Amino acid sequence: MVKENSPAADHPATLRLRLRVWRQRPGQPGAFEEHELPAVPTSASFLEMMDLLNERLIREGKEPVAFDHDCREGICGMCSMTINGMPHGPLPGVTTCQLHMRNFRDGETITVEPWRARAFPVLRDLMVDRSGFDKVVQAGGFISVRTGSAPEANSIPVPKPVADEAMDAAECIGCGACVASCKNGSAMLFVGAKVTHLNLLPQGKPEAGRRAVAMVRAMDEAGFGNCTNYGECQAHCPKGITLDVIARLNRDYLAERVRAFFASTGKPRRGGD
Amino acid sequence: MGKPTLLGFLVSFPMSCSSCQCRGLSSLAKKAIMAVTGLVLVGFVAGHMSGNLLYFKGPEALDAYAKWLHGLGPALWIARAVLLVSVVAHVWTGIALAAENRAARAGGPAVEATRRASVASRTMPYTGIVLLGFLVFHLLHYTFRTVGADVAAAGDAGRVHEMIRLGFASPGVSVFYIVSMALLCLHLSHGVSSMFQTLGLRNERWRGRLDLAAAAYGWLIFLGFAAIPVHVLATK
Ligand code: HEM
Ligand code: SF4
Ligand code: FES
Repeated sequence: MVKENSPAADHPATLRLRLRVWRQRPGQPGAFEEHELPAVPTSASFLEMMDLLNERLIREGKEPVAFDHDCREGICGMCSMTINGMPHGPLPGVTTCQLHMRNFRDGETITVEPWRARAFPVLRDLMVDRSGFDKVVQAGGFISVRTGSAPEANSIPVPKPVADEAMDAAECIGCGACVASCKNGSAMLFVGAKVTHLNLLPQGKPEAGRRAVAMVRAMDEAGFGNCTNYGECQAHCPKGITLDVIARLNRDYLAERVRAFFASTGKPRRGGD
Repeated sequence: MGKPTLLGFLVSFPMSCSSCQCRGLSSLAKKAIMAVTGLVLVGFVAGHMSGNLLYFKGPEALDAYAKWLHGLGPALWIARAVLLVSVVAHVWTGIALAAENRAARAGGPAVEATRRASVASRTMPYTGIVLLGFLVFHLLHYTFRTVGADVAAAGDAGRVHEMIRLGFASPGVSVFYIVSMALLCLHLSHGVSSMFQTLGLRNERWRGRLDLAAAAYGWLIFLGFAAIPVHVLATK
């Protein structure tokens, strides 16, 4: 179906595409709008293809399609389109901005939708409000100490395997594809990535349990669903975050709840010996 | 915003009401309930199947086993209470989770693509509901014995082997049991591995092995249970 970096000799330099794009204004129901693009360069990224569409819409005096984007190099997590039902499109391990049109066929119809989840309401067209993630990070995605200027790198030793695991989790760019791909609208992969990243490192350890509980509470309050271990998130994450971070979140959360349940009150039993 | 449904409200109220300090059960607490009660049921199903297989040793062995079970007295009642509480909590939480998740998905995309979620994982609430129906029928059939006078007479007299043969003589009943056990196999093939993940006891290295173990356990349970109605029908 798709192959990255394989502009075969017989592959055309441009594609004729039909787009079904979701259009929605604030506070109104949305609908798909169809557009023909007669000559999309195969070297264009998906966002550049959307730019071509928007340039034409502007020339025709119509309103361009609103979509989120920033770095266009796969590191900021802003781009967010569900392409033919797949968040970030058909190529595993890439963001929408890094997806190139050579991965599509001449004459293909492409359906482009926003992330769909209750916790990510549509702002306009393909833009959704991802502040639910911000709430989760505000609840525990930090270290509660004054850090001052950067410390000497080797003053706190971190074993290599621990650093690797934390760095893998820290790859999460907060795009929300995990939520969009989850049939439960669950944010467990994102929250698990943040918790794993911070709980593994010595600076984050003292607050590990509290962080897990606080972030899960914020996640629930933001309206995300419950994980049922489908695994769709891992299969759609552009950064290869694995279900391991969810297992770790479950473990840290449950351990903290058990610990808090049996925590010492610091006093003898009332009326006791 | 997803539409709140009456069913969703009724089911999730005891778990997510916001009228007190407790803030209801968190999503992870609900999942832990599913996993722990699921584990209790997994243990029960294994024990129940092993006992049933005494059917193949003949009437004396099975009837003696049943007599021994009934002679356990308080221990039997404690086990029954734990099972009842587990089933009620498992079903209730399962329905609440399913209702919440449907609302959280807000309809989903117009084009639905599935990369990895297995059929078993996507049908958990449905296989579960059929199993609940099966459970009710099964208890009426062989425990309370309100289905069929001959079955009741044999059971009341402690002739369990005979009761089973009479009960499964009806092809309709036997097929319902076999189909239900196939659905149980499906439920378990996701559930048993999922249970480890929910309790935080899984990683990418163990996921494949646990998925295999879950499938093997599901098949074992299916074959063990289904063998009895199949044998009865074949030797009728
Ligand atoms: C009686 C009716 C039943 C219903 C309505 C039911 C329903 C459900 C539902 C909705 C889930 C959650 C699915 C998910 O999170 O992916 C689930 C999970 C599970 N069920 Fe059941 N179930 C039933 C019976 C059983 C039985 C008889 C067993 C064991 C023999 C069992 C074992 C499990 C296990 C191990 C899980 C996995 C828990 C987890 O994901 O952590 N269930 N069930
Ligand atoms: S876990 Fe992956 S899919 Fe989810 S927000 Fe992070 S990078 Fe995006
Ligand atoms: S625009 Fe920054 S990751 Fe795509």
